[in-house]
Amino acid sequence: MIGLEHYLTVAAALFVIGIFGLFLNRKNVIILLMSIELILLAVNINLVAFSAFLGDLTGQVFTLFVLTVAAAEAAIGLAILVCFFRTRGSIDVEDANVMKG
Amino acid sequence: METILLFAPLVGALICGFGWKVLGETAATWVATGLLFLAALLSWIVFLSFDGETQQIQILRFIESGSLSTDWSIRLDRLTAIMLIVVTTVSSLVHLYSMGYMAHDENFREDESYRPRFFAYLSFFTFAMLMLVTADNLVQMFFGWEGVGLASYLLIGFYYRKPSANAAAMKAFIVNRVGDFGFALGIFALFFLTDSIRFDDIFMAGPDLAATELTFLWQSWNAAELVAFLLFVGAMGKSAQLFLHTWLPDAMEGPTPVSALIHAATMVTAGVFLICRMSPIMEFAPNATTFVVFLGASTAFFAATVGLVQNDIKRVIAYSTCSQLGYMFVAAGVGVYSAAMFHLFTHAFFKAMLFLGAGSVIHGMHHEQDMRNYGGLRHKMPYTFWAMMIGTLAITGVGVPAALFTLGGGEVGTPLGFAGFLSKDAIVESAWAKGTQISSYAFWLLIASAVLTSFYSWRLMFLTFYGAPRGDRHTHEHAHESPATMLVPLGVLALGSIFAGMIWFQSFFGEHDNVNRFYGVPVHAEETGGDAAGAEDHGEDAATTTAEGDAVVAGWTPGQGAVYTHPDNHVMDDAHHAPKWVKTSPFIAMLLGLAVSWWFYIRNPALPAALAKNQRPLYLFLLNKWYFDEIYGFLFIRPAMWLGRFLWKRGDGSTIDGALNGVAMGIVPFFTRLAGRAQSGYIFTYVIWMVVGIAVLITWMTIAGGAG
Repeated sequence: MIGLEHYLTVAAALFVIGIFGLFLNRKNVIILLMSIELILLAVNINLVAFSAFLGDLTGQVFTLFVLTVAAAEAAIGLAILVCFFRTRGSIDVEDANVMKG
Repeated sequence: METILLFAPLVGALICGFGWKVLGETAATWVATGLLFLAALLSWIVFLSFDGETQQIQILRFIESGSLSTDWSIRLDRLTAIMLIVVTTVSSLVHLYSMGYMAHDENFREDESYRPRFFAYLSFFTFAMLMLVTADNLVQMFFGWEGVGLASYLLIGFYYRKPSANAAAMKAFIVNRVGDFGFALGIFALFFLTDSIRFDDIFMAGPDLAATELTFLWQSWNAAELVAFLLFVGAMGKSAQLFLHTWLPDAMEGPTPVSALIHAATMVTAGVFLICRMSPIMEFAPNATTFVVFLGASTAFFAATVGLVQNDIKRVIAYSTCSQLGYMFVAAGVGVYSAAMFHLFTHAFFKAMLFLGAGSVIHGMHHEQDMRNYGGLRHKMPYTFWAMMIGTLAITGVGVPAALFTLGGGEVGTPLGFAGFLSKDAIVESAWAKGTQISSYAFWLLIASAVLTSFYSWRLMFLTFYGAPRGDRHTHEHAHESPATMLVPLGVLALGSIFAGMIWFQSFFGEHDNVNRFYGVPVHAEETGGDAAGAEDHGEDAATTTAEGDAVVAGWTPGQGAVYTHPDNHVMDDAHHAPKWVKTSPFIAMLLGLAVSWWFYIRNPALPAALAKNQRPLYLFLLNKWYFDEIYGFLFIRPAMWLGRFLWKRGDGSTIDGALNGVAMGIVPFFTRLAGRAQSGYIFTYVIWMVVGIAVLITWMTIAGGAG
């Protein structure tokens, strides 16, 4: 029987993979976006799992909102990426250090 | 009327100081002068119509804090009335005089406007002085006290382009601070002891204070003695008594009208006024008053000796002022407050006139102040000469000794003489009559000072107005008499110098009843009869009369009337019965001084120089004012300079600036660099820190049980 724990474990694994993807990745900004999607998915899985476990639909409704926002965010992120590539000619994370103090 | 009188000078100062651009210079100065004359007129009306009954006229509530309740009100009694006419009369005449004296001044450029400022300061000074003398409580008095100090500072430093004037102004202010510290401590002590600063309450508490012990500086003191002493320290500073006198001669850096008004006639007498005002305390402090007598007599003598050899005409008169103030303190110290006020009153006239006369000479001689460059001026400026002559006759004490002739009958006849003669005699006789060791010390010093006073006053006259012209010939050729605005005040003051003594002698130093009535001291009916009986056999037996005089003052409490004399204080009666030689001695002293001066400066003009050469150490000692400035320089100024430099270089420079610079230039950049290194600009670095932060936060919440 697959219980709540299994879902939570998968979600935690996805979340950690997402986090590591954020800061171990030195190459590509697209991977950053994908990592963020992973983190959001992990959250969604958590929400749905708890929703099913507690018998409360609110969690699933919330998941739909998160998906919408994630889609919008991905669109904006990709747009920024295009702009970034146009100006810098590269999408390497190593090159994106304008904020250095 | 009193309120108008009090505020007219303030209004004048404000209009003149701030409104002269609208009104124009001349109009502004005339407004200030006109308001002062109004005040003077009202003062005379108040003085002449005053019946001796103490009145309080409230103006507004001043300070309310805890048990301290202070009204701003006018205390109108005889002391105030006397001071009112002294202050406003001299001040209005000085205003008028300044119209001429300050018309042109080489210390300022042609296009500069300095006259409205000068008149505004003068009027402001007058207002502050009126505040002082009309005060109904000590805080109000202190306000006036500091106000006149400020005005004095501003006016001494009026020629602000002269470094010496600025230095003198600061010296006056700082030396006065020392005295004011004592005065302030005295006020604190009185408030601590009586829980009030109103004169009425304080005066009533006099006898209690004498029976109270107070711990001060780890020692137990008699409260009355301590308070009296502290107040006298304040008076010493303001009235330039020995040890705190050094500022007064230097204050002559100010324009001459200022010297006449502030440093001769009014402000410097504030100390004497304070002692007289505090008579209900002073009477219960025998040791403190003994100290007053000692210091007053010493100052009188010291200043007179220094005055002998000074060459600057204003400095001679300044030391003379210092010396005369010593006389007043002796009178106040021996308990004859009315004699002190008498001398204050007459001194204001003749000393203001001497200063204004000196100013007239200086004006005529193109700001030459050295008497060695004068000579033979009596033909060039006859009016000034005669005014100065009257002033000199008054200060040296010319008159017919009371032992030979008096005007009118009665127990105590009025002697015939110039104002200074009557008041100085009164003081000398009082000093003799006190009969203690210190007072006989004072008596002999005062006689010696009278000789010296006569000598240096006549020396001033002889050097300035007699003999052959010395110094720059060009200046002498252009020497001229002063304009009418300067001569009119001289004339009025000359009248005062001649008649002020004789007119008011009976009120100030006449029979006991007269004096009591003048000061509004209540007299019991049955006891007046006793006094009349005593009056009949006066002369034969002084002791009987004074025993009767005792009865007159007994039976009233401190605070009634303007001055209080203890029932055991018979000094004034004793003074009236002084032996003939005592009464004649100031006159002989005057003649002696005149004779020596005549011998030195008319008969044998080479003698003073020869004497100065023979007695060089003594001459230098006197010329350098007993080396007081040098001693103070060594004792106080050098350590203070050292401390100041230490605090400046080490304290301010190294510690405070060093700490600020260290923080701003060392520590802050260090941490900035550290923080800058953390800011790599790479997103993944920030992310890892965010994650670490969240991890730490969650761990901490879990361990600390944030949920529970």
